Amino acid sequence: MPSKDAGAMDRHWEKTRNLTFLVLAVWALFAIILPSMASTLNATTFLGFPLGYYMSVQGSLIVFVALIWFQNWRQDKIDDEFGVGGE
Amino acid sequence: MAIQEAKSGRFIDNLGKVYALYTLGFLVFFAFMALLEKMGMGAQAIGIGFLMFTIAIYAVIGWLSRTAEVDAYYVAGREVPALYNGMATAADWMSGASFVALAGGVYFGGYPYLGYIVGWTGGYVLVNSLMAPYLRKFGCYTVPDFVGTRYGGNVARLCAVIILVVASFTYVTAQINATGTIAAQTLGIPFEFGVWLGLIGIFICSMLGGMRGVTWTQVAQYIVLIIAYLVPIIWMSNKQGFGIIPHFSYGEAVHRIAELEAQYGLKPALEAIPGVSVLVNPANAPEGKGWAMVSLAICMMAGTASLPHILMRYFTTPSVRSARRSVGWSLLFIFLLYFSAPALATLTKLQLLDPNLPTSVIGKAFEEVSNLEWVKHWSSVGMLAVADQNGDGIVQLNEFFMRPDIVVLATPEIAGLPYVISGLVAAGGLAAAMSTADGLLLAIANALSHDLYYKMIDPKADTRRRLIVARVLLLFIGAAAALVASLKLTGILGAVAWAFDFACSGLFFPLVLGIWWKRANTEGAIAGMVAGFVSGSLYLYLVFNKIMTPWFGLDDVRFGIVGMTVSLVAMVVVTLMTRAPSKEIQDMVDEVRIPSGKTILAAGH
Repeated sequence: MPSKDAGAMDRHWEKTRNLTFLVLAVWALFAIILPSMASTLNATTFLGFPLGYYMSVQGSLIVFVALIWFQNWRQDKIDDEFGVGGE
Repeated sequence: MAIQEAKSGRFIDNLGKVYALYTLGFLVFFAFMALLEKMGMGAQAIGIGFLMFTIAIYAVIGWLSRTAEVDAYYVAGREVPALYNGMATAADWMSGASFVALAGGVYFGGYPYLGYIVGWTGGYVLVNSLMAPYLRKFGCYTVPDFVGTRYGGNVARLCAVIILVVASFTYVTAQINATGTIAAQTLGIPFEFGVWLGLIGIFICSMLGGMRGVTWTQVAQYIVLIIAYLVPIIWMSNKQGFGIIPHFSYGEAVHRIAELEAQYGLKPALEAIPGVSVLVNPANAPEGKGWAMVSLAICMMAGTASLPHILMRYFTTPSVRSARRSVGWSLLFIFLLYFSAPALATLTKLQLLDPNLPTSVIGKAFEEVSNLEWVKHWSSVGMLAVADQNGDGIVQLNEFFMRPDIVVLATPEIAGLPYVISGLVAAGGLAAAMSTADGLLLAIANALSHDLYYKMIDPKADTRRRLIVARVLLLFIGAAAALVASLKLTGILGAVAWAFDFACSGLFFPLVLGIWWKRANTEGAIAGMVAGFVSGSLYLYLVFNKIMTPWFGLDDVRFGIVGMTVSLVAMVVVTLMTRAPSKEIQDMVDEVRIPSGKTILAAGH
C-alpha cells in the first residue's frame, strides 16, 4: 500500500473521475444519441454510405476503439504524475 | 514446481514465435486442403479434416497448460500479456452468435439489429472506464468474490453467484447448441451427437488447465476465427468488384439493395414455412426504429460490462495498467469482426438479389433455382426453402426462404467459392462457439467452487480439494448445459440476448456503485441484485408468454432496461435508508482507486 498523502490521492481521483466523465459523455453521444437520430443523418452521405447507417455499422465502432486508447493514454499520464503508474 | 515455473516463463517470453508458427501451420494446412480439393477430395472429407485438425490443436494446448496451482487455475497466474489477453478476450467474447448468427440477423432484421453491433462494441468503453482496472486492483478470482468482499457477508456473495449462474448458463446452452449444429452439419451426424462431441472438445481445453488452459486455447481460437471470417468476405468482394477490402467501398451496394428492395417489393410470404424466413425488413430504413435500436444497444452494453466471463479475463493480467491496455486490444480485435458483419450481410444479399450478378436467384426460373447445388444441400436439412407459392414459375423475393443463422455458413457456397472456404468457415464458427463455451463454463465452475464451496461451505479445504471440486463441477455443468441445449428451446441469438439482460439486470449497478459510490452498502447491494434480477425475470416471463403487452416496445430481448432501472432505484433507496458502510470498507474503496500497490485480496486467497 503506497503511503501517499490523502490530498494527493484526492486530486488523483478527481482527475481520474473527470477523465471518466468526459469519456462517458463521448460514449453516450456515439452509442445512444447519434444511432437514435439515424433517419435525420441519412439525408447526408459519407464514403457513399447514408451517414446514419454508416455511423451504426462503422463510425461509432471506430470512435469506441479510439476512445479506449485515448482514455488509457490520458489515464497513464495522470497515474504517472502522481507516481502510482508502476507496472 | 521450480521446473514448471521456469518452463512457463520461457513460454510467456516466446509467445510471439509460438503463435506465429501456429498461424503459419494453420495456413499451410488450409493450402494443403485446397490442393486436396483440386485433386478431387469430397466436401465431407474436407469438413472433417478442418474440424479434426483444429480440435486436435486445442486439445494439445489444453493438455500442455494443465496445472495444479490455484493462481494458475483461476487467473492464469496473472501473467498474460495485454496483447494476448486481448485476443483471448475477443475469442471468449465472440460467440457462436457473433460468428454464425449476427450477419444473418442484420441481413433479415435491418436497422434495429445494428443494436447488437453498436452494443457489443460500445460496452467495452464501459468495461474500460467503470470496471476492469478497479476489479483487477481488487485481486479477486471471480466476480462474486468482488461482491462478497466489497459488501461483506455471504448473502451478497450468494446473490451474485446465483445471477452469474443463471446468466452464464443461458449463454452457454446457446454456445453448445451452435457447436452441435456445426459439428452435425459438417460431419453429417445427428445434432444430439454433435452436441456431446463438441462438449468433449470443450472439456479437454478447460478441465486440466483452468484459466491458463482456456487462455492459451482462446488465443489459438481467435486466430482461426478471424481468418475464417475475413477470408470469405475479401474473396467475395474481389469477385464482385468491390476491391480487396470491401469495408469502405460497399456504400454503393447499400444503395443498390435499397433500389432492388423497392423494385421487388418487401412482402410477407403467402404461406409461411416453419423454421425459415423471407426478407421483409429493408436493409437500411431507420425511420421510427431509433428507439428499437438504441434500447437493444443499451441492454447489450450494460450486459457486456456485467458478464462475469468477460470481466474475469481482466483478472489475468500482470497489472492494472496492463488490464486497461488489454481492454483496448480486446475491442480492436472484436472490432475487426463486427465491422465486417454488416459488409458480409450486404454483399451476400446483393449476390442473391442483383439480377446483373450470375449468383442471383430472385427473378430466375423456379426450375433453375431449385436445381442449384447449394439450394439442394441446404434445403435437404430444412434450413432453406424455395416454394413457387403464386405458381408463376419465377422465384419472387417472398418465395425465397432461409434460416437467418445460416447466412454466414452458406455464403461461400452461394458466392460460388471453393468448398475449402466452407470448411474454413465451419472451423471458425466452431472456434467461436467453443472458446465462448470454455470461458462461460469456467466462470460458472469457478464461482461455484471458489465462492460457494470454498468461501461459504468449507473454508478449510486445501488447494487440491478445491481444484478437484472445480473440475467435477465443470463436468457436471457442462453435461447439464448439453442436455438443455439438445432440447433446442430458443434460437441462438435470442438466448444470448437473454443472458446479457439477466447479467445487467442483477449485476450492473451493484458492480458500478461498489467502485464509484463509497456510501453503497451491503443492504443496498442485496436489494439492487434481488429486485433487479427478479423484476427483470418477471417482466421477461410476462412479455414472453404474452400475458402482458411490452412497455415502450421493450420486448423479451430488451428486458434488461426494466431490470436495471428497478435495480438502481432499489439499491439507492435501501442504501440511503440504512447505515453507511464501515471505515474499513470505505478505505478499501479508496485503495481500489489507486492503480499501483498491492491488491486488496492476497494471492492464493
